[in-house]
Amino acid sequence: MFNTKTFLLLFICCGISLSKLYAQIDSGLLKRTTTDSVKNKMNMDAVYDRPLLAADKIPIAIGGYMEANWQHLGEDGISEGHQFQFRRFTMFMSSTIGKRIKFMSELEFEDGTREINIEFAAVDFEFNPLLNLRGGIILNPIGAFNQNHDGPKWEFTDRPISATQMLPATWSTPGFGLYGKHYNKDWMFGYEAYISSGFDGSIIDNEQSRTYLGATKENIDRFEESPNGAPLYTTKLAIKNNKIGELGISYMGGIYSEYQDDGLDLDDKRSVNVFALDFNTTIRRFNTFITGEWAWVNVDVPQTYTQQYGQKQQGGFIDVVQPVLRGKLLGWENASLNLACRLEYVDWNKGKFKETGDNIGDDTKSIMGSISFRPNTQTVLRLNYRHQRTRDYIANPPVLLGGFNFGLSTYF
Amino acid sequence: MKKTNLALFAIMSLILLGQACDKFEPSEPAEEDLLDGPMEDLTYEENQRFLDGDRTFNDEVFTIEKGLGPLFVTNSCVSCHAGDGKGHIFGSLIRFGQSDETGNKFLHLGGPQLQTRAIPGYQPEVLPPGAPYAVFTPPAVTGLGLLEFVPDSYLLTTADPEDKDGDGISGRVNWIDVPDFVQPRLGSISQNGRYIGRFGKKASVYDLLQQTVDALAQDIGIASVYNPIDVYSGLEIDPEIATEKVNNLAFYLQTLKAPLPRNQDDDEVIAGKALFTQINCSSCHTPTLKTGDAPIAALANKEFHPYTDLLLHDMGPELDDGYTEGTAKSNEWRTAPLWGLGLSPDSQGGRYFLMHDGRAKSIEQAIEMHGGEAANSRDKYQKLAKEDKNKLLKFLKSL
Repeated sequence: MFNTKTFLLLFICCGISLSKLYAQIDSGLLKRTTTDSVKNKMNMDAVYDRPLLAADKIPIAIGGYMEANWQHLGEDGISEGHQFQFRRFTMFMSSTIGKRIKFMSELEFEDGTREINIEFAAVDFEFNPLLNLRGGIILNPIGAFNQNHDGPKWEFTDRPISATQMLPATWSTPGFGLYGKHYNKDWMFGYEAYISSGFDGSIIDNEQSRTYLGATKENIDRFEESPNGAPLYTTKLAIKNNKIGELGISYMGGIYSEYQDDGLDLDDKRSVNVFALDFNTTIRRFNTFITGEWAWVNVDVPQTYTQQYGQKQQGGFIDVVQPVLRGKLLGWENASLNLACRLEYVDWNKGKFKETGDNIGDDTKSIMGSISFRPNTQTVLRLNYRHQRTRDYIANPPVLLGGFNFGLSTYF
Repeated sequence: MKKTNLALFAIMSLILLGQACDKFEPSEPAEEDLLDGPMEDLTYEENQRFLDGDRTFNDEVFTIEKGLGPLFVTNSCVSCHAGDGKGHIFGSLIRFGQSDETGNKFLHLGGPQLQTRAIPGYQPEVLPPGAPYAVFTPPAVTGLGLLEFVPDSYLLTTADPEDKDGDGISGRVNWIDVPDFVQPRLGSISQNGRYIGRFGKKASVYDLLQQTVDALAQDIGIASVYNPIDVYSGLEIDPEIATEKVNNLAFYLQTLKAPLPRNQDDDEVIAGKALFTQINCSSCHTPTLKTGDAPIAALANKEFHPYTDLLLHDMGPELDDGYTEGTAKSNEWRTAPLWGLGLSPDSQGGRYFLMHDGRAKSIEQAIEMHGGEAANSRDKYQKLAKEDKNKLLKFLKSL
């Protein structure tokens, strides 16, 4: 049986083998693998757009990234004080199995070893640039963040609320699909289409007391057994112009309810449908980078269930990153100092109370500022300040959260 | 070099800025603007129990796996009592089946409470044809421990069921049957095996443990060791919640602080308080009560200001929904405590839902809806000058 522990063991064995083979050899023989040129990258390429170390004649490249931070946040005057966190340690292993057959995997340890997840482990067969088959544990391409989530790429320690909680961040499931890309001068077009294991009833029955797609991530059996035997469909179309930017439109949907068991009908087939738009661009004149996404979630919640679990959600974020100093800084040749801002909004329950007709609350607004220093493109030091307002579903006066965090994240 | 210095300066200054972090975090709301929080003078061990109950009350969501339902009204305590205050009418519940003091005739049809929601795959209850019923909004839960330990003897002393003093205000206690798990307090008075109820809109609940156990069972569908009967099947099942949790929930309710009045030095508030007594609101909304002995030292022999007499009063035909509990009549309601009234919008979505079913959308409307024994006071209020009405309202909002 293929499970996390087996994968971890294999991963470590490969690492040890590599280190033994090259223990007597100058580490300079390890080379960074080349990646696609910037010009031809789209969000869908993020999974391979990572620095990896490879050794000659060894068909495996390894890499990873880590994230650690300090934070001091207060909520309505109550603070947990100074918190030191090791949020993520992620290892990549990539391999060219044969001509136009490659393998990539991502193993993540979150919060120390509290969560160990295989976020991605898939084999790609390239029949044609426009037709690739991918199978394994895939990252469903809903929005852009789910695919392009590596910490060192972002100026903020916290991941976007909408992309991590409303859309489940790093939502990965076993599945298969096709993808491809086509270039024509400055234009690029890409598509992805997957079928995979889907959501379960926990999205409307969880300790968040709200419709919460991320609750399905708690179901570790999803890598072995689909909760209802119905596939989840995910598809994304993206178009990019090198002078304008990239626009992605994605959809993910399927049946989430466990409507039958042992041949007995237990409930209606209830669906979840998610739509997302994502966009990124660089204003070349100022080198201002802008990225954002917005998503809509529709869930068929039984009318006789509690209204706290909303039928509709929507939310998104926008990041604006402005480099203010670039060049040789503090002895680093290609360093940069950046200012950034993130605006976020999530309406967890877009609806009205049956009893009063008033809008249901349950929303979050946040603004974050950041100053980041990048000694190179693969490492970031970042100081963030967050101010966040969260209202409960009754729409009572908001809970205010605010404070600083300082963190680092780097590929290795 | 210039760039380097600038970068270094920027990074260091911001790190130093980060060290002064407290100054950049949201400040705490004033103590008197919050209903949440423990009573003063709890011991270390009592504070631990309070925190444990606090977590269950305010953070715990009952999922299907934890025993929610299958029929229920809500899935957590906090969803009906946000911030420990009065609840939104979304959290209202429907009680049915009893029209007089002879008892509930619809227990075999799901009474006394209608479970209006159901987990997927189940259907919620519907009101049986012909069943008398009333809608109840969730009450505030602060200061309840003080109310629990007002001696029965005091309530009987203040009750005047025959209106012997001729002031138009009677007031009587609700004699109720208590479940087996209830341990009567020391000094409790019984009559024909019945005890005095004091919690709930009809004063039909004896103490906060009973209130907690009933709410878990009837509102959330959680069976406990105290009441192991599944509301849906009617069968005894294994407890779905640890007994210590239930006990600490009840302890939390007992030791939540009393609401703190605000603006007590304001001239208009002082004048409003005088008007409150002058038009006789204070006959039922008794400003001051005192606890007797209590197992929790912080609750024993304390004077406090709930603005209730804990007694049942005839509120007239306008508020008679035809439903009742215990030995109360359908037109009788327990005097609602007024403490914390001004903070109600903070837990009711920015507006008021007052009276037993939230039908009053303002304090003025609530006063206008008083009938029966309260009719005289209502009439006096109506005759007040506008400025005096405003003073009275300002006083009520200061509570």
